[in-house]
Amino acid sequence: MEAIERHTIAVLVDNEPGVLARVIGLFSGRGYNIESLTVSEVDSVRGLSRITVVTSGTPMIIQQIKAQLDRLVPVHKVADLTAEGPHVERELALIKVCNTREDRIEALRIADTFRARVLDSTLASFTFELTGTAGKLDAFIKLMAALGEVEVSRTGVVAIARGNTVSMPMLRDAAPGGI
Amino acid sequence: MSTDQTTIEPQEEMSGAAMVLRALEDQGVEVIFGYPGGAVLPIYDEIFKNNRIRHILVRHEQAAVHAAEGYARSTGKVGVVLVTSGPGATNAVTGLTDALMDSIPVVCLTGQVPTHLIGNDAFQEADTTGITRPCTKHNYLVKNANDMSRILHEAFYVARSGRPGPVVVDLPKDVLFAKGIYRAEDLKPHKSYRPQMQADTTQIDEALRLLASAKRPIIYGGGGIINSGPKASELLTKLVRMTGYPCTLTLMGLGALPASDPHFLGMLGMHGTYEANLSMYNADVMLCVGARFDDRVTGKLTEFSPNSKKIHIDIDPSSINKNVRIDVPLVGDVANILEEIIGRWEKQKLSPDGKALTAWWKQIDNWKSRDSLKFGPSIQTIKPQHAIKRLYELSQGRDTYITTEVGQHQMWAAQHFHFEQPNRWMTSGGLGTMGYGLPAAMGVQIAHPDALVIDIAGEASILMNIQEMSTLAQYNLPVKVFILNNQWMGMVRQWQELMHGGRYSESYSEALPDFVKLAEAFQAVGLRAERPDQLDDVIKEMLETNRPVIADICVDQKENCFPMIPSGAAHYEMLLGPDDQATQSASEEGMVLV
Repeated sequence: MEAIERHTIAVLVDNEPGVLARVIGLFSGRGYNIESLTVSEVDSVRGLSRITVVTSGTPMIIQQIKAQLDRLVPVHKVADLTAEGPHVERELALIKVCNTREDRIEALRIADTFRARVLDSTLASFTFELTGTAGKLDAFIKLMAALGEVEVSRTGVVAIARGNTVSMPMLRDAAPGGI
Repeated sequence: MSTDQTTIEPQEEMSGAAMVLRALEDQGVEVIFGYPGGAVLPIYDEIFKNNRIRHILVRHEQAAVHAAEGYARSTGKVGVVLVTSGPGATNAVTGLTDALMDSIPVVCLTGQVPTHLIGNDAFQEADTTGITRPCTKHNYLVKNANDMSRILHEAFYVARSGRPGPVVVDLPKDVLFAKGIYRAEDLKPHKSYRPQMQADTTQIDEALRLLASAKRPIIYGGGGIINSGPKASELLTKLVRMTGYPCTLTLMGLGALPASDPHFLGMLGMHGTYEANLSMYNADVMLCVGARFDDRVTGKLTEFSPNSKKIHIDIDPSSINKNVRIDVPLVGDVANILEEIIGRWEKQKLSPDGKALTAWWKQIDNWKSRDSLKFGPSIQTIKPQHAIKRLYELSQGRDTYITTEVGQHQMWAAQHFHFEQPNRWMTSGGLGTMGYGLPAAMGVQIAHPDALVIDIAGEASILMNIQEMSTLAQYNLPVKVFILNNQWMGMVRQWQELMHGGRYSESYSEALPDFVKLAEAFQAVGLRAERPDQLDDVIKEMLETNRPVIADICVDQKENCFPMIPSGAAHYEMLLGPDDQATQSASEEGMVLV
């Protein structure tokens, strides 16, 4: 058996009704994994959204996933960031931890080490904002869970290639509000 | 939209429903297969006023899609379907899935409840775009009459371009009434969907190097050749004759190479010939042309043609490396790539390894001498294979199109009816839809009114869309339904015999109708052959009758379809006849496969 690999894939799609359902349906219908998925419009002039999906499978499956994505009609471009070279990945999480006394102090101390920001606080809770790799978020959440009742909301991974190559260029006047 | 447009497109204001008819006309559509209902009444009103587009009223929406498939597959044009919302659309789902699996270009227009009612569980509402998303190549919901013409033209473009497939356009009733601006076909390239048509030339040269150095070559062609158009079949034939290489075809590819060509090894796969499957297994270079390494073709994947270098021509990049590792992928249109291969072969003055090829053919002829399609004589009862053979022989010299249902009769038809041309053979390959053949034959007959169109059927399959006999009567379509009646769901029984200890659970065709009377009830001619000596007369009478006919051919009830590779087995593990069954049975792994 071939080894299972984890790949981060960026997909540029028309921002039209049902496009996300098409992508998700492709993964569920063909039995592929979705570890994380994010989507948002990135080009308001052409109406394009960028989907970042983290998936895993054998090299043959990963190739299939890319080919299957690419043949969806509203898909403009598929980029396998993992295969195409170095890239950066980030995820944002909001973490609410409910606790009192010593645990509160410890939570703040750890948040400081992780450079998490306090977004909201009450006498019995903190809500932190933390950005980082998925692994960093996992570590932080694990620590918080030891210090009280925790609720987590995560965005999923967004990613982009390092360096000055632009594989999915945005139109100059497509920025929110124009440039 | 680009701003540098200098020419103004012809524009006209009209209702959404009028735009539908106008767009169909502009797309050159001559026939639509449909069934009316509340949500599509505005379109039917336009059909009433229109005298250029012919509407064929089917008796069930599934049949409308199969008829459109038959029409499309026999002409190379896009088949068009019109059904209403809710049950109209859900009934069409099997047909759409069938068209998706076999890559048949179909545009299916579905009615929808008015936009303000969508999501309200309105009468005859179904989430059509949601339901059909996984069974179409693409689908659309038109929410604004001003988008109507663009979406309709795009739907036709998507259905016929690249790897063809079904496209659904869902049309809410208020949008059909609303006025909007109609624009004639937009010829600007589609913003995202532009399939690759030409392969990389360095890859083609690599393929040529492999082909010229082959000692035991095999050409394996499929339905993609038919979809590419008649030129692709001509080029395949040219390539085969130029190289002298053996060629086998899939169920969907039959007719791409004339069956009479001495290089043709017959169909391959689960019920393919011994020589075709063993050539695949033993080949050192394989050229796959527009086929997709389906499980019915490969058998056990780990033992599929283990020692060959594989070249794969396909217009769909997702077909490459899907099931089988490919050495040289050639993504593009079959005709374009074959033309390039032939041109370069000639220009580079390549030639096959004559000595090796002679030895290879000697080996193949040796396998051929096993005569794997042989069957016993029809003494007391008519052997089903014999019935097909006689049908083939007696229909020689006619302009014949064959459709089938699904099961043993389908495989016997594929084995014993021979095709000299593409587009003559319509069968449900990928989805295996019982009930496909009769409506498909209807669509073929509409496209070719003077041709001989025969649905080779089984007694169980034919009942799945038997209501279409009424459509045949209405339009005087002289389709011939040739039923191999063994009173069993034969393929189910065959598998129960091979893998489930002969426990024939629910596979007996109980309480069958009298097909002769049934034919008469539908204003058709009913014929029956019960003994071998009646067979020829029945076939002749059927062929001479210029009306719809049901010929009920009562065949040997025990006959099974051979050769057969049990599911999960390798190409060399073929069962050649009933005597092989005792020594080999399916593995446990194979049993869970379908």
